[in-house]
Amino acid sequence: MALNEHTAFVMRDRLHWHPPAHDTGYKTAVARSPRQALVAIQTPSASERSGPDFDRMALDAHDNDLLMNYRQGGERDGLPIGERMQLFGRVIDQFGKPVPHTLVEMWQANAGGRYRHKKDSYAAPLDPNFGGVGRTVSDADGWYRFRTIRPGPYPWPNDPNSWRPAHIHMSVFGPSISTRLITQLYFEGDPLIPFCPIVNTLNDPEAVETLTARLDMARSRSFDCLVYRFDIVTRGALQTYFENF
Amino acid sequence: MSYDRQRQPLDPHSVFLPESPSQTAGPYVHIGLALDVAGLPERDHEIGNVMAGPDAEGQPIEIAGRVLDGIGDVVADVLIEAWQADAQGRYVTDFAFDNAFNSLGRAAPAATDAGHWTLHTVKPGRVMHPDGIEMAPHVNLVLFARGINVHLHTRLYFDDEQQANQACPFMQRVPPSRRHTLVAQRNGDNDAGQPRYDIVIRLQGDHETVFFDF
Repeated sequence: MALNEHTAFVMRDRLHWHPPAHDTGYKTAVARSPRQALVAIQTPSASERSGPDFDRMALDAHDNDLLMNYRQGGERDGLPIGERMQLFGRVIDQFGKPVPHTLVEMWQANAGGRYRHKKDSYAAPLDPNFGGVGRTVSDADGWYRFRTIRPGPYPWPNDPNSWRPAHIHMSVFGPSISTRLITQLYFEGDPLIPFCPIVNTLNDPEAVETLTARLDMARSRSFDCLVYRFDIVTRGALQTYFENF
Repeated sequence: MSYDRQRQPLDPHSVFLPESPSQTAGPYVHIGLALDVAGLPERDHEIGNVMAGPDAEGQPIEIAGRVLDGIGDVVADVLIEAWQADAQGRYVTDFAFDNAFNSLGRAAPAATDAGHWTLHTVKPGRVMHPDGIEMAPHVNLVLFARGINVHLHTRLYFDDEQQANQACPFMQRVPPSRRHTLVAQRNGDNDAGQPRYDIVIRLQGDHETVFFDF
């Protein structure tokens, strides 16, 4: 049960580490960023500390397998086009402790860089066998795993010629709504990373490094798929044994 | 950056890692978190905007919201997550699709909805503040969207709880002139005869909604 009555979470580093709300390079952020300061809460209540536990959430067998979960047809003819890959990693907190039974969700474009979304009209074709959505619950040690194809880069209308590097959107809850986090996973060696206005909302190059999935050659499977490792770090949880008087 | 100062790699027991940095949920967030809005066939179960089923305890209500940006345009691609106590003021932390009530819900406007989203829930009970005073009934809301680099936390209060709102120790953290931005207005009943509450969340500018850091 994630009531976290005696838990305090390490403060979010909004000043140096997370992207600022107002970033002129990412143009949509200009009108969608608050101008007033966030109101800081020093004594969080159950409303801030608690969060959903997903141990009992019923998932479908292929929810974490994007090669299978939206395919049509039979045996091998219905597989999505693209570079087969596995994505795995661990959800841990800032003190290195595993975050078990938390919901990890992801979504992505297909191999051509096209999203299966009503609003995406990029010239690259849809893949009838690819939905682009996955979800799973981390195990007792915080590990998660997906099987998918590597997404393609695509253009977007930020600047006259802006391209997103290949990326996968990653969403995780952690033990509390205080630890809720959505981010993006990039791929080691992608030459588009330094050009991207969304990547560049991060001011610290080290922050970009932590969002870069690494090829795990040792675990890559012969004649099957490459494997990428991506760990997700949620806010550190501290036990508070004394009342705050 | 504080990362280098914080990291102490020599002692495995004092490891301190930076949190994964946030990135915008982007315009296609619905593929991942609101499949029907993307036009993707839904899976057997989705986390949706019905938090309270017919067997949930308490007064069923509808919350109807819109989010506006700094130039007054509707944020039509927003994704809202709600987290609230049940009618007794308890958080249901054990999420399951077959619960009569779930504290967690998700809402996103459909393409044809002009930015309107709704939550079907029950009026939350009162939750104790660490100060030992009960807070006024409220729903915690989290906003994700294209152009929002780090999700925004706010709260929704109810205009028919005026006395409780004034006494709420959390509300008192908010400058008095901005408290009204958190209060939803009762607007008659919906088609099912349930009280309906309207809220407009303004990301920027006049009457900018209060967002929290905790």
